[in-house]
Amino acid sequence: MLPIGVLALQGDFREHIETLRVIGVQAIEIRKPDDLSKISGLIIPGGESTVIDKLSKIFSVREPLIKLIQSGFPVFGTCAGLIMLANKIIDGTPTQESFGGLDIEVRRNAFGSQVDSFEADVEFADSGSVHVAFIRAPIVATVGSEVETLAKFGSDIVAVRQDNLLGISFHPEVTGVTAVHEYFIQMCRDANFQHHK
Amino acid sequence: MTESSNKNTSTPLVKRGLAEMLKGGVIMDVVTADQAKIAEDAGAVAVMALERVPADIRAQGGVARMSDPDLIDGIISSVSIPVMAKARIGHFVEAQILQSLKVDYIDESEVLSPADYLNHIDKWKFDVPFVCGATNLGEGLRRITEGAAMIRSKGEAGTGDVSEATKHIRTILGEIRALSAKSEDELYVSAKELQAPYELVKEVARTGKLPVVLFTAGGVATPADAAMMMQLGADGVFVGSGIFKSGNPAARAAAIVKATTSFNDPDVLAQVSRGLGEAMVGINVADLPAPHRLAERGW
Repeated sequence: MLPIGVLALQGDFREHIETLRVIGVQAIEIRKPDDLSKISGLIIPGGESTVIDKLSKIFSVREPLIKLIQSGFPVFGTCAGLIMLANKIIDGTPTQESFGGLDIEVRRNAFGSQVDSFEADVEFADSGSVHVAFIRAPIVATVGSEVETLAKFGSDIVAVRQDNLLGISFHPEVTGVTAVHEYFIQMCRDANFQHHK
Repeated sequence: MTESSNKNTSTPLVKRGLAEMLKGGVIMDVVTADQAKIAEDAGAVAVMALERVPADIRAQGGVARMSDPDLIDGIISSVSIPVMAKARIGHFVEAQILQSLKVDYIDESEVLSPADYLNHIDKWKFDVPFVCGATNLGEGLRRITEGAAMIRSKGEAGTGDVSEATKHIRTILGEIRALSAKSEDELYVSAKELQAPYELVKEVARTGKLPVVLFTAGGVATPADAAMMMQLGADGVFVGSGIFKSGNPAARAAAIVKATTSFNDPDVLAQVSRGLGEAMVGINVADLPAPHRLAERGW
């Protein structure tokens, strides 16, 4: 399998690369559109979604990535990455855009300011309980009919999957949890995505 | 419901975690809501809300204090990115006020006039995370011991002269490299020399890095300055007076953001350095009399 890419425009991309290293998966940093053809799946890390949006346009990653997403390429977004994969953003800035792909509405900073950030245990898919961090985290406000909910926190949806796209509100890479990354790697293996030259 | 019993706010991991999300980004000083919007539009990862940028504090003199809560509220409501604000060194009540305003980070900053020439704020007592300045590793480790969740090398704020920023980031990272080369029984003396707790010194020696994110600050005025700080090993940059004291703040802010992401690509750096208008005029640190050097505040 080709390596997994981690979008390295801004945010905690190094923690994702470290989490992949722990589970024995090769990872490369993605900053240019050409890099996208060298990988079998992509992680969009935590960071500031407004900044990742802007930098993806400046460095011409946006359009090729949207094409890949639409052609079934596996992509996993955490926190800001979830926002980038949502079809609709609530409480974004007036000019902010996402890549889209997940038929969801996502609410930015849904829990409040930094003093409302927290650690918690969440039941994720079939992986059981995982201990993760929610940092100025978004939540999934609404889901379309094709979207599967993989985790809730209280009544809030915090992890979703639609075909080859996985999006979560929280940070397993900050607490050192590998289960969610293992789940994504299995998605990439199953997808076995072939790039067209 | 299990939610409330299973929810821990303000843990060290959560406090340090926000700084992790800011890495690779630029945090910009702003004095009005309009400037905050310009900064956000240019791609700032966070803004630092204050009444006067360091260059003006320097020019106008007098005692520099925490900003008016109305100004901070106005900035918080005008942007969606994290908002930081400065408290004076040791002024724990200014910090209590900033926490009540729900800023996302407090900067216990040497740019303001110190309120305590002996003690820094006990930052563990707060729910909101703190960033503190450091000129060397020992100073950084003392701030972490007091509860800082993020460190920034100090540089010399309000000068537009990057030389002190270079010195401080090189010193901190060089001292970490030297520590990593030592055997464990030599670290007791290192802890004494650094005036920092042994366990923390040992952790830094073992991991080869600080346990918190390390940004750089103080004198960054151009895209090339920002990229140099990143190449030297900073996780991100603070730009204070360098943006809104320049000829074209929006263009300069955007260029510094691009340079911070593409810090290793000279072709990109050449391109983003073009046509930015005048940089801030600046002051050579060597011409500053010692009592006017802000970096020496902090103990």
